[in-house]
Amino acid sequence: MSHVFEVFRQERKGQPFQHAGSVLAPDLQFAEIYAREQYGRRQESTSLWLVPRDAVHEIAEFPDEFDLKYRRVDGYSIKARLRAARERAGASADAEALHGGDTA
Amino acid sequence: MDARTEEFVTHLQAGGLVEVHDWMPDEYRSRLIKFIEMHGNSELMGVLPERDWILRAPTLQRKLALTAKIQDEVGHAQLIYRVVEDLGKPRSACLDDLIAGRSKFHNVFHYPTHTWGDVGVIAWLVDAAAIVSQKALLKCSYAPYARIMKKICWEESFHILHGRDVILALVTGTPEQFDLVQEALLRWWEPLMHFHGTPLAADDDPMVFWRIKSQGNETARQEFLDGYVPQIRELGLEVPDPKLRKRDDGVWEYTEPDWEKLKAVVSGHGPASEERLGFRRATRKGLAWVAQAMLAEAA
Repeated sequence: MSHVFEVFRQERKGQPFQHAGSVLAPDLQFAEIYAREQYGRRQESTSLWLVPRDAVHEIAEFPDEFDLKYRRVDGYSIKARLRAARERAGASADAEALHGGDTA
Repeated sequence: MDARTEEFVTHLQAGGLVEVHDWMPDEYRSRLIKFIEMHGNSELMGVLPERDWILRAPTLQRKLALTAKIQDEVGHAQLIYRVVEDLGKPRSACLDDLIAGRSKFHNVFHYPTHTWGDVGVIAWLVDAAAIVSQKALLKCSYAPYARIMKKICWEESFHILHGRDVILALVTGTPEQFDLVQEALLRWWEPLMHFHGTPLAADDDPMVFWRIKSQGNETARQEFLDGYVPQIRELGLEVPDPKLRKRDDGVWEYTEPDWEKLKAVVSGHGPASEERLGFRRATRKGLAWVAQAMLAEAA
């Protein structure tokens, strides 16, 4: 009876582990041999994680019913406001130059 | 087409990907299995012509490189059969079908090798033709297959360079060595032109419809010709097709290959088909005890 082991590999120290593929093996010892051979024999990995597929619990639903855009970059369009602010600042700078000294 | 399948197709056509546990229409699953299984078969059968040269490689360095390449290709077969297993067809069934001639493998692996020149042409040009197809598979809608293709393409880039190095050593050697390459190219040109299949329009190709393949056959062949004919010619080698030329609009013209011959070759009637399958049959039978002993040990 063979089992599927998911293989995660780390390319360099400090990098996140990423899913690489899987191996089908009768036990962990064989899984290790297969994973080493298929995902590590060319020094392409610094570390491998072997996880029995049954142990993986997937969560794939992330509803966003209220479309909470204010928490995201795409929730902000500042172009128009920035233009208005710049125009206002420009106008007051001009006014200051025109009446410069009067208020001093 | 039922509503669920329609929704699936819409998802695919919008660039959507499919994962192992996702629902998929039966047709999509069976086309994936057939296509990916043939790819696995090809990796496994493709090492046999090169295996013949391990003991005959001209130098120790070449022997080591060839062995490493063969190990890579068998490794690709392992990765690819694993994808097929997840789609529902066990590896043992794939191997049974392969040796019984019920499934196919690529046309180029049905031919014999005559000289070390053939080994160079295989490693350079056959691998180059294969990498054109494999790069396009990085965009396959079935994500587990596309992911392992990344690793495969990475290793193939070493194979092409190794092949090119073998060719360059021969074309800069004695006139006899140059001739080995030229003669091998004459032998391999027809199989190379067959490699990407009949010029079936992408719009009519069900594999493109399901986004298993992302390019049509002719697009792949044109990419191969455009990339490699100039590289072949700059070495002073002659391509055995008087009609071969690049038109002003960038399209390569060539003599229409014999497509009936391709059909015969891939259905097991190539010059080396029987010998190669016979070898696989013998090793499958002869090594069955190893698998049994290992499984007993693990149980």
